[in-house]
Amino acid sequence: MSSLPTTLESINTDHRSRSDARHDAWFRWLLKGCALLVLAALLGAALSTLWGGREVLFGQGLHFLTTAEWNPVTDTYGALAPVFGTLVTSLIALVLAVPVSFGIALFLTEIAPAWLRGPVSSAIELLASIPSIIYGMWGLFVFVPFIARIEPALSATLGHIPLVGPLFQGPPIGLGLLTAGIVLAVMILPFICAVMREVFQTVPTRLKESAYALGSTTWEVVWDIVLPYTRSAVIGGIFLGLGRALGETMAVTFVLGNSYDITGSLLMPGTSISSSIANEFNEAVGTHRSALIALGFLLFVVTFVVLLVARLMLRRLSRREGR
Amino acid sequence: MAVLHARRRLVNAVALTLSGCATALGLLFLAWILWVTLKNGIGALDLKLFTKITAYADQGGLANAIIGSLIMDLIALAICAPVGILAGTFLAEYASRSKLGATIRFLNDILLSAPSIVLGLFVYVIVVLPMSNLTHGAVSFSGLAGAIALALIGLPVIVRTTDEMLQLVPGTLREAALSLGIPQWKLTVQVLMRAATSGIVTGVLLALARLAGETAPLLFTAFGNNFMVANPLDKMASIPTAIYQYTNDPNPALHTIAWAGALLITLFVLALSLTTRLLFSRRKVSHD
Amino acid sequence: MTPRHITPGHRNKLRLLALATSLALGIGAAHATDITGAGSSFVYPVISKWSAAYAEKTGNRVNYQSIGSGGGIAQIKAGTVDFGASDMPLDEATLAKFGLGQFPDVIGGIVPAYNVPGIAPGKLVLDGSVLAKIFLGQISNWSDPAIAALNPGIALPASKITVVHRSDGSGTTFNFTNYLSKVDAAWKAKVGEGTAVSWPVGIGGKGNEGVSAYVKQISNSIGYVEYAYASQNKLGYARMKNSAGQVVQPDAASFQAAASTADWSHAKNFNLLMTNAPGTDAWPITATSWVIMFKQPKNVANSKVALDFFKWAYTNGQQQAAALDYVPLPESLVKQIEGYWKAEFK
Repeated sequence: MSSLPTTLESINTDHRSRSDARHDAWFRWLLKGCALLVLAALLGAALSTLWGGREVLFGQGLHFLTTAEWNPVTDTYGALAPVFGTLVTSLIALVLAVPVSFGIALFLTEIAPAWLRGPVSSAIELLASIPSIIYGMWGLFVFVPFIARIEPALSATLGHIPLVGPLFQGPPIGLGLLTAGIVLAVMILPFICAVMREVFQTVPTRLKESAYALGSTTWEVVWDIVLPYTRSAVIGGIFLGLGRALGETMAVTFVLGNSYDITGSLLMPGTSISSSIANEFNEAVGTHRSALIALGFLLFVVTFVVLLVARLMLRRLSRREGR
Repeated sequence: MAVLHARRRLVNAVALTLSGCATALGLLFLAWILWVTLKNGIGALDLKLFTKITAYADQGGLANAIIGSLIMDLIALAICAPVGILAGTFLAEYASRSKLGATIRFLNDILLSAPSIVLGLFVYVIVVLPMSNLTHGAVSFSGLAGAIALALIGLPVIVRTTDEMLQLVPGTLREAALSLGIPQWKLTVQVLMRAATSGIVTGVLLALARLAGETAPLLFTAFGNNFMVANPLDKMASIPTAIYQYTNDPNPALHTIAWAGALLITLFVLALSLTTRLLFSRRKVSHD
Repeated sequence: MTPRHITPGHRNKLRLLALATSLALGIGAAHATDITGAGSSFVYPVISKWSAAYAEKTGNRVNYQSIGSGGGIAQIKAGTVDFGASDMPLDEATLAKFGLGQFPDVIGGIVPAYNVPGIAPGKLVLDGSVLAKIFLGQISNWSDPAIAALNPGIALPASKITVVHRSDGSGTTFNFTNYLSKVDAAWKAKVGEGTAVSWPVGIGGKGNEGVSAYVKQISNSIGYVEYAYASQNKLGYARMKNSAGQVVQPDAASFQAAASTADWSHAKNFNLLMTNAPGTDAWPITATSWVIMFKQPKNVANSKVALDFFKWAYTNGQQQAAALDYVPLPESLVKQIEGYWKAEFK
């Protein structure tokens, strides 16, 4: 345990009455018990997918991870295409949602007049409460045709830029990785935004006021004072959104095009781990079912790796800043 | 100097404008989706929706699904809110720098992205099957099992937010309270949690928002029911499962009911969010 | 599955607890019997319609939920439901191993749906081999001579075909690919049949509504949906040349013709697919789904109610089925099923 003055362990307990100490111990155990329950829930869920997917995970081994062919008729399963789709759509969603959430949080905490803050933040949070199947239906009936209409323009402009050009070439049908990424971005935006807004509000006013007194602009206060002060929590909020993006099923399924292909264009259809499971689980039997559960286990692994990489990058960053 | 000043002002203006645009964009998407939902669901928004059960399909409503969703969402919240808040408190106050804390925090983030259908299957194995064996099939799928699955979806959201919000309570508050000789548990419950109330409540609401719309974990736990039941040990209907069934039906009248159901869920979460906000805004604690 | 470690007293206590809770809440005690079924989403609309009418008539409540055929089979095996429903029949070995029996419940048709500007619904004619080649990607343009040969006098556009298939596992896909496998050797070798297959070309829509939405949105596309979707969504549906060489319209008459001409009497446990059925009027992609039950159930009373429910549905549920674009089983088949019940179910 740490020796920082703010942690509870370091405080002298001499003067505390015995019953207080006992209550503290009980309280501590209660909290710890709840925390261990979280641990048990995850391990239980992960192990049950490992068990359910054992036939494919151990039967096919590395083959499952390194091939892209997914054929329920011949019982050949390769998870590469769903893993690819999951990573690409989640990445698009983060790239779009993080700056927008930041902008909204900034607006809500620093710019908007007080009377506007409550209604606008409730409205943004409302985006989180729309059932994901409704995002799917909206995507299918409204957003896909909309994207299909602007895709030719996208291909004509962005499609000719060297390097990134090939990302934006494809048939203008509106379905695909980009559309799924945008829908996901809208879905995770309220989660990231709510956390950012909450933590921005916790920055002590005197910190900000001192900066303003020195002549800082609003933007400088937010960028140089608020963001560094709340960085860890902001990253926590982004992980919250990332988690939702990686595991989202229904909405993605309706707009992704659902083909087991790995393509270089964001306008082409693809598939994702959770949408493959949602699509095929209900009718699957035998090895096929096992492969889908194994895919669920793989999502745990993918999430684990993504979070690990994110952690390492952050640690490097903070080391460079001399923390 | 003047050039520098002008540049800083320009950067500021651009940033603030962009932030306004971001807000407008977020609201635009909300308005767009709500408008589409309303336009498609308005035809089914009548008394029948609340009084008749799903057994009558296009001649019926969602009464049993509404009751089922209310029961399961509330039980789920009653499970995951206390557990999540306590676990989050443990992470922030007792294990902020320990190995155990880091491990749990990491695993909690993974649980956040667990596909909901996988959590449903997990609950099927640990709750539904044992119950069925224990009672000889008298109780198998149940609203309770559904609520447990939903609780697993809400739990990591609450843990994550509680943890973050408590960590942001200034250390001076802890030092001040402890120097007065207040026991730890009292400090945690009465000072720290209260200081972080608004953030914790936001976390619980986000969790509710997320679990209220879930379909996949309910199929293998609560199962669904076309008739009215209020016993949590019975197979139970819910609005999301009704939406799921109805959108896959060729009958356009059922699609209308599905959109109306989506509107209900959204309004339910909105109402809950507004009331809690009203309740808690009155006793907000300042950090300064 | 038998809970050896639980004493009867314990079990009774649990039952009492369940009963007490339900009484305390005052609901759920006033009706006769509640039975539960799960499985195929293909039959969900009609079974739930029957269930409402049956509950009004008898007080017995049949709670059917569409969790998919795979789920239905798993749940009946685990004994958590009173009957399962599957779009794929179980084979002899599985039925024997678990002591299960199966019988068909209702008939439906699957139709190719298209969106080609200038060609009205029902105008396009296709046959099995052309359909297979389109879904294989071998025929990729609407002006292909093979399509033109079947459609003299229709101006086919020289546009690329966009193929739309189901992305979710489904009985519809199973019957559709089973048909293509029967009529086209290349399809059988390259793709085969199943609730989900590895599609050579095209995009996947989730559910019937996903496929019909894509077909509507994308010009020059072709997909396949249950007949009810094509008729209620006003999609363009194709006529098909059947195994007798006749061009038939997809409707109740041609589906029932396929059910009648299919050779049920030689199919043990009704293990027969009606695709590519013989007979001049038969629609070539006709499908049914099967109800799966224990022959010697643990809960005899519930099982009896389930059989009574289907008996009632065969005689009284026809109108409701027709209103939903399903076709009732032909009388000869119903007789056979009733004989099967007497012989096999205790």
